[in-house]
Amino acid sequence: MKYVDEYRNAEIARKLVDEIHRITTKPWALMEVCGGQTHTLVKQGIDEALPAGVRMIHGPGCPVCVTPLEQIDKALAIAARPDVIFTSYGDMLRVPGSTTDLLSLKARGADVRIVYSPLDAVRIAAANHDRQVVFFAIGFETTAPANAMAVRQAARLGLDNFTVLVSHVLVPPAMTAILESPTNQVQAFLAAGHVCAVMGWTEYEPIAERYHVPIVVTGFEPLDLLEGILMAIRQLETGRAVVENQYARAVKREGNPEARETVLRVFEVGERTWRGIGAIPASGYHLRREFAKFDAEARFEVGDIHTREHPACIAGQILQGTRTPLDCTAYGVLCSPQKPLGAPMVSAEGVCSAYHAAGRGLAAPTAFPLYDLQRVDR
Amino acid sequence: MCLGIPGKVVEVRDDGPLRMAKVDFGGVRKEACLAYLPEVVLGDYVIVHVGFAISQLDEEEALRTLELLRMIDSEGVAMELGSMPEDPAAEGSGAPPGAASGAA
Amino acid sequence: MSERRTANPFGSAAVELVIATPSPAASSAVQPSAGALDPSNLSCPVPIPERARVLLGHGSGGQLSAALMRDVIAPALAMFGASPGGPLNDAAVVEVAGGRLAFTTDSFVVSPLEFPGGDIGELAVNGTVNDLAMMGAQPLALSLAYVIEEGLPIDELRKVTESVARAAARAGVRIVTGDTKVVGRGAADGLFVNTAGIGLVAPGVSLSADRACAGDAVILSGPIGLHGIAIMSVREGLDFEVEIASDTQPLNALAAAIVAVCPEVRVLRDPTRGGLASALNEIASASGVGIELREETIPIPGPVRGACEMLGLDPLHVANEGKLVAIVPAASAEAVLEAMRSVPEGADAVEIGRVVADHPSMVTMSTIVGSQRIVDMLVGEQLPRIC
Repeated sequence: MKYVDEYRNAEIARKLVDEIHRITTKPWALMEVCGGQTHTLVKQGIDEALPAGVRMIHGPGCPVCVTPLEQIDKALAIAARPDVIFTSYGDMLRVPGSTTDLLSLKARGADVRIVYSPLDAVRIAAANHDRQVVFFAIGFETTAPANAMAVRQAARLGLDNFTVLVSHVLVPPAMTAILESPTNQVQAFLAAGHVCAVMGWTEYEPIAERYHVPIVVTGFEPLDLLEGILMAIRQLETGRAVVENQYARAVKREGNPEARETVLRVFEVGERTWRGIGAIPASGYHLRREFAKFDAEARFEVGDIHTREHPACIAGQILQGTRTPLDCTAYGVLCSPQKPLGAPMVSAEGVCSAYHAAGRGLAAPTAFPLYDLQRVDR
Repeated sequence: MCLGIPGKVVEVRDDGPLRMAKVDFGGVRKEACLAYLPEVVLGDYVIVHVGFAISQLDEEEALRTLELLRMIDSEGVAMELGSMPEDPAAEGSGAPPGAASGAA
Repeated sequence: MSERRTANPFGSAAVELVIATPSPAASSAVQPSAGALDPSNLSCPVPIPERARVLLGHGSGGQLSAALMRDVIAPALAMFGASPGGPLNDAAVVEVAGGRLAFTTDSFVVSPLEFPGGDIGELAVNGTVNDLAMMGAQPLALSLAYVIEEGLPIDELRKVTESVARAAARAGVRIVTGDTKVVGRGAADGLFVNTAGIGLVAPGVSLSADRACAGDAVILSGPIGLHGIAIMSVREGLDFEVEIASDTQPLNALAAAIVAVCPEVRVLRDPTRGGLASALNEIASASGVGIELREETIPIPGPVRGACEMLGLDPLHVANEGKLVAIVPAASAEAVLEAMRSVPEGADAVEIGRVVADHPSMVTMSTIVGSQRIVDMLVGEQLPRIC
């Protein structure tokens, strides 16, 4: 595939690894804030090929993982209604809420449908006037333009049976919150390439300057990640702290102005809760008042949900990067992809799922018994 | 929020309120919305995410990055750490001194 | 449950979760209409996943399927000695009057009934013929059972049955018995098909998932991912144009060619649901060996790769209906490859890896940085992802 395969060249990859080893003279801690990047790093063993002192801390870059429990429970409550066709991206279906998940609900008869694009959800609404169609609008800034356009399209079509359940989160406030934490260890960031394709990188310049951290906008293929890491370490080794763009083929400094404009026409910035982390001010999008009639939270009374996380799940600390799945007592024992306790084990980009699929920290890669909850001594 | 892959625009439809395209990804074709890339034309490469083209792939930059990557050589890298370009948002793999670094 | 938060959500105390079991009265204010489910009223303290019901994922050929078989079906069958136990293979081999009879059954529930490259009838015949072939048996006779949804157009039924006849003729097997049932509207996806088949296992041939040995070669008969992507291309919700057709075809001629040149062949398996990765994991696990694959040797057609990239799917987990994996002693690999390539169904046969004594039960593949990564088994339903 053009513009994909070239960035998976093994020979260049090894040269990049060698070059990283050559220039690294001190230990460094870097964080990537993108689930897709985490997935590639772990799957291709890139993080383990880095010099011993260089640590990749996996940031809260998986929107599926950070969707707050309240929103999942609201989604479940709405999807359970017989008059509702609940549409969602595939990743969300297995994320555990307080008591169940969308896939299980589907098994019990709820009309839950996977869509590839939010426009598909709008089409379903247009074709099913007697039903309420709800779309689970989650994601980072990358997906917001699509979700915004779906709302505008629904408005244009005059649909009165289409609503969105919004749970958008933004990257820069999360990065700032991490940097502000007294326990922060992150010294440089790889910024998410497609978030920046939409937003540009102007928001990161003040962060780089204020906290003196290098930020490298990075792509998703193995060579992109290796080059991004190389660029970040070069800055760290020389004491520089600026924003650089490794993903030059897809990202410009101003991002995509049309997309940003449409997003801000439909959404406004507000506080959002990040699952396992807590509330971060000005860290997410909410529907603007003019579009309130498309807000599923207004259309369906879903207030007063009491959420409950599994006590053994340390997703919060994993999402902050202060612990790894290997530190978790439930990992691989009580918690596995077949029976996940928390979101990072469900999503293919979640850290726990990535680790588990790579067999890290597992005694043997056997399929865990569905009904067996006995502890295995490791 | 990342799964966006590059594909080639092989068909454009201007009918209807939204400009749509058919994008080819290594032989498989899918519809994508071009509303956010009004300048894109037939033959261009775009990055598509959840059914929307969000960014046009800059083919020159793509080739430049690959060239620079191929030049990475752990034996004797041309560039010295001290001579890196100073301007913010420097692009690419830290080009050897004298090579164009590209405007931000 | 309440959260105690410090001013900074990332502060050292982080977020403390105080767990309280919700009483039904305190739960969600949603008033579901009569008969609707109210998930927040369920008070089981042990959280998800769904344990009391079968999920779609249980049929996907991955870990959930294996768990269902191992934890529910096999133990139930073992009661009263009803089931012989032993490794799970594509077909059973039963000793009968001095010979060995291979016996298999499969149900086909594909939707849509017709897809690029074939239909449910052709799939059903080829699927059962292939399961027999994987045990080294030529198919003798097939049964054909229909469960038809009320309202299915008669023309469709006729068309599917003609496909069955055509496929059976191609494979050199006859349909000797069958059954037809009709169920109410909505109770079947148009048509469910079950086929069962018997065949005689060639003398001297002993194929089983637990026979792979360290040092053996792993051979794949051709490009993977075609069937699963062809199906996905028409299925509701993932509609896109793809010039990909299902690879459904009978493999008995190919299997015979392999057995003829190498009677000591250890395992033959067709990687259907769950894909190549799941099939190899099952073999590795049954044989207690490791398998190491070379990624660059595995043939994946461009459009399959493109579709998988787009949807975030792993081609190694995508179903195939006209391919097989052969595990043979290393010394025979060349001869087997040549024999396979002389038959149309094996024209693109290629060696893709080796069986090793290391990391038993694990299938690995080298990464871009030269380390080994684990190729895991599909867990449940393959869900396209956005991240």
